[in-house]
Amino acid sequence: MTEAAVTPAIEGWFTTGADPALVASQCTTCSSVFFPPTTGFCRNPACPGEDFEATELSRRGTVWSYTDAQYQPPAPYIPATEPYVPFALAAVELPEGIVVLGQLAEGYGVDDVRVGREVEVVVETLYTDDSGERTIWRWKPVVEMGEEADQ
Amino acid sequence: MHPWGKWGRNFVSYGVHAARQALADSDVSWEDVDLVVGGETVRNGYGGYVAGATFAQALGWNGARVATSYAACATGAQALDTARARILAGLSEVALVVGADTTPKGFLAPNAGERWDDPDWLRFRLLGMTNPGYFALYARRRMDLYGATPEDFAAVKVKNARHGLENPNARYRKEVSTEDVLNSAVVSDPLHLLDICATSDGAAAVVLTSMDYARRHGIASPVRVRAISTVTPTFPNTVIDMPLLSTDPANAVPPEQTFKESIGAAAYEEAGIEPGDVSLAEVYDLSTALELDWVEDLALCKRGEAEHLLRAGDTTIGGRIPVNPSGGLACFGEAVPAQALAQVCEVTWQLRGQAAGRQVEDAKVGITANQGLFGHGSSVILST
Repeated sequence: MTEAAVTPAIEGWFTTGADPALVASQCTTCSSVFFPPTTGFCRNPACPGEDFEATELSRRGTVWSYTDAQYQPPAPYIPATEPYVPFALAAVELPEGIVVLGQLAEGYGVDDVRVGREVEVVVETLYTDDSGERTIWRWKPVVEMGEEADQ
Repeated sequence: MHPWGKWGRNFVSYGVHAARQALADSDVSWEDVDLVVGGETVRNGYGGYVAGATFAQALGWNGARVATSYAACATGAQALDTARARILAGLSEVALVVGADTTPKGFLAPNAGERWDDPDWLRFRLLGMTNPGYFALYARRRMDLYGATPEDFAAVKVKNARHGLENPNARYRKEVSTEDVLNSAVVSDPLHLLDICATSDGAAAVVLTSMDYARRHGIASPVRVRAISTVTPTFPNTVIDMPLLSTDPANAVPPEQTFKESIGAAAYEEAGIEPGDVSLAEVYDLSTALELDWVEDLALCKRGEAEHLLRAGDTTIGGRIPVNPSGGLACFGEAVPAQALAQVCEVTWQLRGQAAGRQVEDAKVGITANQGLFGHGSSVILST
C-alpha cells in the first residue's frame, strides 16, 4: 500500500517546507507584487511590464480584519468533516503592502485575534480527495514572548 | 416596481409588470419608447443574458433600439447610464430601463463547474469565503477601529425595518427589535442573520426622457438625473473587495480615496453638489454595518462617526440626513439587476413627495450608492 499523498490544493501559490510562505508574482519592470500569482500583463496602470518573477511574501503580517463561517459554505467549498465544523478567517496585511485572505489555523477562532494582531503563515490540510490530503495556507496567531502559551 | 419577495415566477413577468407601471406612472406610451435597456440577470438562462431584448419582446416589439448591461450590483445604474448617455447625445428621446431577477434560496454561490482561474470560484473552494464573510470583515473592522457594537448594527436594522413598514414594494414589513437581531443566529461573526440582507425576486423600471420630451409632454418640473457615477477603482485598490483573495500592493502611491469613496465623489463632482446639499440617501445595506460604511463613504460624516449619527437619530426619517427611507435592503432583500434601479425609484418618489408613510420632508436632492463584484459600483444623484 502506498502512503496517501499530501499535496497543495492549488499549485504554485505557497511553499510547503518547514517555513512555508505565500508565493507572489513580482513585476520585473515596476516591482509590484501580486498575489495570487499572475501572468500576462502588469496591473499597475503606469507599467507596461509583462514579465514576472516568483517571489516569497513575508511569512508574518498583521490582521486587517477577521470573521468566521458558522454555516457551511456552499459548493465548490468542500467540508473537511461531517458534520461541518465552523472555521475562522482573517485578512492579513503583509509588509509588502498587500492584504491576503486566509482561514485561521486549526483550533483558532475569532476570540484569538484582533485588528493589528501578528499572525504567520502555516500550511494545513483543507480537505481530502481521491489524490489524498490537499493543503492550504492558513494564518496562525503569533504568541508573543511573555504571553501565556496556553493553546 | 414589482414587489420584492420569493414569488417563484419567471423574471420576465416581474420586469414587464414594473415596466408597465413605470410607463403608466409617467404617462408615456410604449410606442413612444425608442430605447430599451435591460439589466442582465446571470441566473436565468439566455433570456437573462439578453434582458433588454427579452423585455422588449415581452412588451411587444416596437422597433426600439436595445441594450443590455451587466455590472453586478450596479447593473441597474449602468443600464440607466447607457440610456442617459444616448439621450444626452441626442440619439434617443425616451428610454425604458428595466431590471428584474428570480433568485435561488440561501447563499449566492458561483455558477457550477470547476474554474481554477476564477476568483469567485476559488474563494469558495480554497477559503470557504461567502459574501457575508466579506461583510463581516468590514463590520469587525468598524468594531475594532471605531468602537462600533453589535447593538449599533442591530439599530440599523431596527431603523430600516421601521422605515419600510408602509412601503408597498418591500418584502419584509414588520418591526424588528434589537433583541430580535442579537438573538438571531450568528452567520459570520459579528453579523447575525438579521444583519444580512436576503436574496429576493423583484423588478424595477425607470422611464428616462430628454428634457425636451418632458416639456412637450407637459411635465413642468420633472425629477432630474444630475449624475450617474459608475467609476472603477484606481490602482492600487487597497481595501479587499468581494470576491477577491487579496488587495493590490500598496507600494505604488495609494489613491487619496478608497474605491467606495471615489464612487460618491465622482457623482458629487458630476452633479456640482456638495454632501451637505443632500436631503436623503439610499445606500446598499447588504449588511447593517455596511450602511454605516456608506454614510462615511458618501462624506455625509467623517470617517468613524457614522455610529454617532445613527445613535443621534440623524439617519432616521425626520433626522438630519435620513438613510434608506425605503427600508433598504433590510426590508427588500437583494434582486441584483433591479436593486440599483429600485434605489432610483425610491429617490424619485421621495423628491416628488409621493413616498407615502416614509416621506422625507422637503426632499430636494437624493443620492444612491452601491457596490458589486469585480470593480463595479454606482452612485446616482437626482434632484427636483
